[in-house]
Amino acid sequence: MQINKRKTLGMTAYLLFLLVPIYWLLNMSFKKNDEILGTLTLWPNNFTFDNYITIFSDPSWYMGYVNSMIYVSMNMVITLIVALPAAYAFSRYKFVGDKHLFFWLLTNRMAPPAVFLLPFFQLYSSVGLFDTHIAVALAHCLFTVPLAVWILEGFISGVPREVDETAFIDGYSFQRFFIRIFLPMISSGIGVTAFFCFMFSWVELLLAKTLTSVEAKPIAAIMTRTVGAAGIDWGLLAAAGILTIIPGILVIYFVRNHVAKGFALGRV
Amino acid sequence: MKKITNNKAWFLVLPVFLLVAFSAIIPIMTVVNYSVQDIFDQNTSYFVGAEWYREMLRSPRLLDSLLRQFSYSFSVLLIEVPLGIAVALMMPAKGRMASVSLILVAIPLLIPWNVVGTIWQTFSRADIGLFGWAVNAIGIDYNYSSNASDAWFTVLLMDVWHWTSLIALLCYSGLRAIPEAFYQAARIDRASSWAIFRYIQLPRLKSVLVIGVLLRFMDSFMIYTEPFVLTGGGPGNSTTFLSQALTKMAIGQFDLGPAAAFSLIYYLIVLLVCYLFFTVINLQDKAK
Repeated sequence: MQINKRKTLGMTAYLLFLLVPIYWLLNMSFKKNDEILGTLTLWPNNFTFDNYITIFSDPSWYMGYVNSMIYVSMNMVITLIVALPAAYAFSRYKFVGDKHLFFWLLTNRMAPPAVFLLPFFQLYSSVGLFDTHIAVALAHCLFTVPLAVWILEGFISGVPREVDETAFIDGYSFQRFFIRIFLPMISSGIGVTAFFCFMFSWVELLLAKTLTSVEAKPIAAIMTRTVGAAGIDWGLLAAAGILTIIPGILVIYFVRNHVAKGFALGRV
Repeated sequence: MKKITNNKAWFLVLPVFLLVAFSAIIPIMTVVNYSVQDIFDQNTSYFVGAEWYREMLRSPRLLDSLLRQFSYSFSVLLIEVPLGIAVALMMPAKGRMASVSLILVAIPLLIPWNVVGTIWQTFSRADIGLFGWAVNAIGIDYNYSSNASDAWFTVLLMDVWHWTSLIALLCYSGLRAIPEAFYQAARIDRASSWAIFRYIQLPRLKSVLVIGVLLRFMDSFMIYTEPFVLTGGGPGNSTTFLSQALTKMAIGQFDLGPAAAFSLIYYLIVLLVCYLFFTVINLQDKAK
């Protein structure tokens, strides 16, 4: 019992360490600027929703969230469509150059976005995709596709190949088998992969900011607008920050039991 | 699982290959192209060979930020790995509390990186942030925007806050994979809890730890957004890591040639570590 008590204590301390900074942001988002700058209060003296109202009533603010959502969903769809067959191939077959290809994919997950910044900007400008959602979605594929292939490969390897063989003997064509039988079997894997695409595309800012200017500007970039001539609008900044955290919390609930597997690139 | 040799499988991976090639190979070739030229404007450029590489390898900017980067990445690992293991051991194993703590622990991982920067920017300011205020209140002079070591410490603390959960989650799922029988045997032997950790849990965690360590190393190696928001690389250059130095050079000053050479050197270091990663994982898969 002694050990259990110490464990609970340690865990509580760690959770406090994680949550207090977030609480502070939440706290700030309900304050007016003069209160933020004037006094240090653990709970807003004058509780206000003004900051949130500003965000939800100004299209240049809330369109940021819409833009982010659009390119994140595009990225998710593209990634899943290309990664599913590839993961199947990596899991089931040996072919010329498979190891090298796999390694090359991995290096793209690890490549620093800063290296790709300028060439991406020029590439997408030259093909006329600059400041479109699809440009950001494609750029993010650079790291979501390798990640998706890795995670899905882990899940697909968990399905015995006898399933495939039985289906082929029963006269299923590959496409029909893949869509009607195989995809439902790995649906939890697909869910987890979609979650991770969502996540990595959602948290990335550097590429998203560079590839957009007005039309497709992500919320993360719009947040920098709060720095104005009169200093930083802290309350508004905090409210915008809190709103970006919420989608993450919502989706993680659904995949909580598989999160670690995804983070480990499907290798746990 | 035994795999069948079938080269037609290339058709299945072709879409991935084309997509990633479009996003990876074309840009990299552009960088290679820049790195060997001196570019004045759109139409005037001269071939300069390996000149930029020589200049970059001798430049204190690259070397300083490289050194800073390595010491940062190693400090990150040194703190996060033991802490992450400890958290994983403390997390409740079953019941309602298990899923609650799982979700709470994962929250920092899902926050956009610039918001992480914003959180710590406000949280550690002496005038409006709880943390900065508290540290100053107990008599330590702390100001991350003017003092270099405070800035360094804040960036490190922020990274620990942000990413320790990753190691903790990995270890947590590794721990859940240990069969109950192992613990029963240990109880019969009256093993101390340290012995249980040292001889049962730690060996079982090896494979997830390899992944955790290398992911953390690579990700901290390309850290950009968080220090950019928090300190903008300053004060001075104290928190200017590789990505930051590179972006300053490429976007800020538009020194395309040197920046491209810098990129490639940076990329080669990443490739090297990545290769190490891949080899270790393959060896592990084989050992299984």
